[in-house]
Amino acid sequence: MRTLLEVSGVSVSFDGFKAINNLSFQIAEGELRAVIGPNGAGKTTFMDIVTGKTRPDEGYVIWGERSVNLLKMSEAQIAQAGIGRKFQRPTVFEDQSVFDNLIMSLKNDRGPLGVLLYRRSARDNERVQELAEEIGLTDHLHRKAGELSHGQKQWLEIGMLLAQEPRLLLVDEPAAGMTLAEREHTTNLLKQAAKTRAVVVVEHDMEFVRRLDCKVTVLHEGSVLAEGSLDHVTQNQDVIDVYLGR
Amino acid sequence: MQRSFIARNPSVLIFLGILAVFTLGATILSEGFGIGLISTSMIKTLGKTLCLCLIAIAMDLVWGYCGILSLGHFAFFGLGGYMIGMWLMYARTENIILTSLAQAPIPPTDDEIRSAIGNQIFGVVGGSDFPLIWAFADSLTIQLVLVVLVPGLLALVFGWLAFRSRVTGVYLSILTQAMTLALSLYLFQNDSGLRGNNGLSGLQNIPGAKGVPQSVISIWFLWASAIALALGYILAAWMMSGKFGSVIRGIRDDEARVRFLGYSVETYKLVIFTVTAIIAAIAGALYYPQAGIINPAEIAPIASIYLAVWVAIGGRGRIYGAVIGAALVSLLSTWFTGGQAPSIPLGFYTIHWVDWWQVLLGVTFVLVTLFAPQGIGGAIDRLVRKGTQL
Repeated sequence: MRTLLEVSGVSVSFDGFKAINNLSFQIAEGELRAVIGPNGAGKTTFMDIVTGKTRPDEGYVIWGERSVNLLKMSEAQIAQAGIGRKFQRPTVFEDQSVFDNLIMSLKNDRGPLGVLLYRRSARDNERVQELAEEIGLTDHLHRKAGELSHGQKQWLEIGMLLAQEPRLLLVDEPAAGMTLAEREHTTNLLKQAAKTRAVVVVEHDMEFVRRLDCKVTVLHEGSVLAEGSLDHVTQNQDVIDVYLGR
Repeated sequence: MQRSFIARNPSVLIFLGILAVFTLGATILSEGFGIGLISTSMIKTLGKTLCLCLIAIAMDLVWGYCGILSLGHFAFFGLGGYMIGMWLMYARTENIILTSLAQAPIPPTDDEIRSAIGNQIFGVVGGSDFPLIWAFADSLTIQLVLVVLVPGLLALVFGWLAFRSRVTGVYLSILTQAMTLALSLYLFQNDSGLRGNNGLSGLQNIPGAKGVPQSVISIWFLWASAIALALGYILAAWMMSGKFGSVIRGIRDDEARVRFLGYSVETYKLVIFTVTAIIAAIAGALYYPQAGIINPAEIAPIASIYLAVWVAIGGRGRIYGAVIGAALVSLLSTWFTGGQAPSIPLGFYTIHWVDWWQVLLGVTFVLVTLFAPQGIGGAIDRLVRKGTQL
């Protein structure tokens, strides 16, 4: 499979603290990948770099078959290029309806004029219905997103990401604060999503990662410690020492 | 199932209805066209109030909807007033000069006329030459274009610099205050080309409408202001009820999230800042011919802060809230500071509202912020919701 995203030799430090240290990471098109690591391993910073929120001190981030340099692009441009991101806390627009949240996310013209003159097409309506079904919020389309439960907000956010039709989805701790049943639904959503695009899941919860059943990358102190199947990495002595053994 | 514009904005029809009744009513009661129950100066106050409602809508878009607490929108309002004021003053002075020179034994040359006009306008600041910025003052068309262009460009450049550097929150508010203060201080100078602290005056006399009494002109402007307000309201409702409004409100609530959706937040902020600056400028261009005079004190920082107070009291994020807040507070302010409000004798002390109005306004603002952050508009929303549930 072709490489979709290549992070190479990236370092970044905050006030002298090296959050990411010579990190290299690759993900292929359509791959599902879990990233694990103890607190402060640089998981969230890694996402910040890929999505343009944080500029690294060195290294490069290359995207897609045309090998675009993501470090020269703004957050909005990176998002338009096809990288979607889900934050740790569910961030949906609570003041607006589930429907409006999804409409805003649909892959359409993002320029102010196009958005101002936007008229919903039948296809867009259909797409919203499909998404709502997928995330199980069909009955809640016209409720305000702020009224949803925590789990529903997480799904809405995943739905918004899917609406963007990204080629790479970065998901930060999707299972945090979810009930068992909600976790299962979330796992299915992510696996489903990974059929048509690459998905990177950052997660703390080993049980959740096991359920995802995919290649695992272990981060530690800002660089890759081990990579492979979950069983493979959990048997790695380094990993046991820094993470699992504690 | 695209819902119609009116269905999405039930307040538009109600608002237009009330505005039409108000304007017609005022006309019928006026001295110029009606039975003379309302004085001409009161008509002017009402017309000016409509202009203030229009700039309040602009403020609501930029602050209530987009979350940018601009404390400088009165600068655009004032600039709009100055741009139209230049033509009003030039054309009227020209008329006067031409009339007085008509009796002259030797017909005056164009240069003589122009320098006489210059003397008349700039004598007060010790000059007679026309500054460069008056180059187009003889053309109404160009000055009308400048009403839009000058404040629009200022907002565009200022906004581009500020938003590009991701200045947000209170820092942006301070920057906008600095902008309006700097502009005001600059205009106070005699050599700024706009007559320093004298400002532009006599703006109530409309060139070409000689012999038309103020009682009639005031009604013209009342209608013009009402139409501008109606259009502004419709424009604001249209912009905010669709997907564009969703993005704008998204920026207010979580701008990082909007960015990761692929929307260029900076561009959207720039658009809303510039569009609202232009709305403010148009409001100003209609306001000052009714006020009759504009001077740099009008764009002092405090004016823009008042604007924020109106919108906060009226209710942010609701277009009608901004209109109610501006109308109510500015009319009350006129009443209290005009000496018409009865003083309250307490025995040991008498409350004169001229002095105490500011205190009352300040306390109201604090109370609204603390206990009714949704303002009057929020209370109306609750009532409407209760009404529909019953």
